[in-house]
Amino acid sequence: MEGGLFLPFFFRLRGRGLHVTPTQWLTLVRGLALGLHGSSLMGFYSLSRAVLVKDESEMDAFDLAFAEQFRGVETTIPSIEDEVMRWLKTPLPPFPVDPEWRRMMDEVDVEALRAELERRLAEQTGRHDGGGKWVGTGGTSPFGHGGFHPGGIRIGGERRLGSAVQVAAARRFREHRRDLTLDTRQLGVALTKLRALERRGPADELDVDATIDRTAREAGELTLVMRPPRANNLGLLLAMDVGGSMEPYRHLVDLLFSAAHGARHFKRFAHAYFHNCVYEHLYADSCFEERVPIADVLRRYAKDTRLVLVGDAHMSPGELTMRYGAIDYYERNDEPGIAYLARLKEHFAHAAWLNPMPESWWDATSVRIVRKVFPMYPLTVEGVARLAEDLGQG
Amino acid sequence: MGNGFDRFAGTKRYITSADLRHAVNVSVALGRPLLVKGEPGTGKTLLAHAVAEDLGMDILAWNVKSTSKACEGLYVYDTVQRLQDSRFGDKNVSDIRQYIRFGPLGRALTSDRQVVLLIDEIDKADLEFPNDLLHELDAMEFEVLETGDGYKATQRPVVIITSNAEKELPDPFLRRCIFHYIAFPDEALMAEIVRVHHPDVNAKLLKQCLQKFYWLRGLEGVRKRPSTSELIDWLGALMAAGVPAEQVEREIPFLGALIKKPEDLDVALDKGGPTASSRNFRR
Repeated sequence: MEGGLFLPFFFRLRGRGLHVTPTQWLTLVRGLALGLHGSSLMGFYSLSRAVLVKDESEMDAFDLAFAEQFRGVETTIPSIEDEVMRWLKTPLPPFPVDPEWRRMMDEVDVEALRAELERRLAEQTGRHDGGGKWVGTGGTSPFGHGGFHPGGIRIGGERRLGSAVQVAAARRFREHRRDLTLDTRQLGVALTKLRALERRGPADELDVDATIDRTAREAGELTLVMRPPRANNLGLLLAMDVGGSMEPYRHLVDLLFSAAHGARHFKRFAHAYFHNCVYEHLYADSCFEERVPIADVLRRYAKDTRLVLVGDAHMSPGELTMRYGAIDYYERNDEPGIAYLARLKEHFAHAAWLNPMPESWWDATSVRIVRKVFPMYPLTVEGVARLAEDLGQG
Repeated sequence: MGNGFDRFAGTKRYITSADLRHAVNVSVALGRPLLVKGEPGTGKTLLAHAVAEDLGMDILAWNVKSTSKACEGLYVYDTVQRLQDSRFGDKNVSDIRQYIRFGPLGRALTSDRQVVLLIDEIDKADLEFPNDLLHELDAMEFEVLETGDGYKATQRPVVIITSNAEKELPDPFLRRCIFHYIAFPDEALMAEIVRVHHPDVNAKLLKQCLQKFYWLRGLEGVRKRPSTSELIDWLGALMAAGVPAEQVEREIPFLGALIKKPEDLDVALDKGGPTASSRNFRR
């Protein structure tokens, strides 16, 4: 095999997303030196695949790279979808709100706004786009979507400026996958620090110190003392904010979920969903179809369960501080959101908030309010490790 | 290759694809562990036994459990036994060595002859389990801490590791392995495999059964698809009962041998495969 064809293959594989390392490559070279490929392209194919591929999910990419390299076939299948997803995964900083707007947003009386929406809906007779009063798309009326009003109610439609106070439409979010393969391990390792070791269960470990002590007391008559091995008795409840401004971080949250789900050292692991803030209910699924009342959550999970909320905590302050301030039209909370958060914190002695946004963006009013209740950590490997350490023993 | 490449060629009892044979031989020649993944029932575990038989080596099997620890594979120090023995003075308890028990990996590394070491279902154990084995599998040596004795393999064992992909394996571990994914056999290979287990199977019955078998596997909504071992059991039952090929054409007798979940049975029954006699089979 000439160098002109051989080495580019290595980089082509890496370009296709296979993490081929130089060591693996040298193993392949050693195999070639031993003649394991039997001097045929087919032999080289199976030799290099056996050495370089680590998982069946990589086989397709390997085949593509191999075909490109050795048959001169240029495939133009690199999926457009992946490319687009990559753009979407790079979140922009939150929409810059100038202080004037921020002041207006903070002053919004959600209840008055809701009443006004209902009044205008009653008055309005048909579809209306643009303009400044009626409910529709575009325009500066506080109601509808795709428009610009610092503190209006969004009705369905796509997120544009992220300034809508309420979304009154059914949403569907993809369920989190459990089988993500990227870097969940790093997070998994960080999570291993999250444990509370206790001795429980059958006594099948020799307690050497106690055995010596008891044996001595029995004047040399051997007395074995057994004890249960140390095991982790920690339960984890992971509550995730999904949809809206969390969309750019979905992949990151998926990684965390996969890691927590895959970690076997928890005695109990459960997960739930919410949108922006927790009110009367948590949701068992990310489509918000199966409600779990907060009262049930408090009953179901013991006080020593570790509660970790994941969210950007970025919302209109009203969603936290006002009655009926929930972004979801159907939520209708009798108490301000912050009261529910405080109730959770009161029950779960060990609770924390993970924020996927960089710490430099944590100065928003709503984030500051949330941080008064929960200690907040960034959703990075390092942040998770710190959280695990702080929530672990104790 | 003169120095024994192409040593493994499959055995009379174990039929393989050319791909798999090549992977086994690469792993033996490079001295790297072979990691085998694949659907349950594709013969991952049997592979190690076949390799051992074909290469004329002994096999040491290490069946990994969720509580398995890497060090147990090397050795266990039996403190309790030593304490018990100390009471009667009939043994020299100052010799710790007699209380060190080698595990499968320890035995493989200390064996005078080259052996096949099967680490079965490695994904059942803890996340750190494979990582804890890295050094031992790389350097093929270990130390007994209690005695300070070091052991190094004179004959590098042939290591075959199976995984059901229940859990991801760490990258550093994967990089050291030769990887092979056993694809589900096609009809031709399957016919060969079946003949190994039922040499005197009627050709017409076999053809008919394979047709039904792959039809069942292809059914949408079946959660636990029947695998090779189930096909073999089913054929055994058919032959023992003397069911003719014509009957298999019309219905699926002993469906319970192929389908193990009640929900799947309903799917199969809905699709109009079998008839009354198989319904009776359902308890």
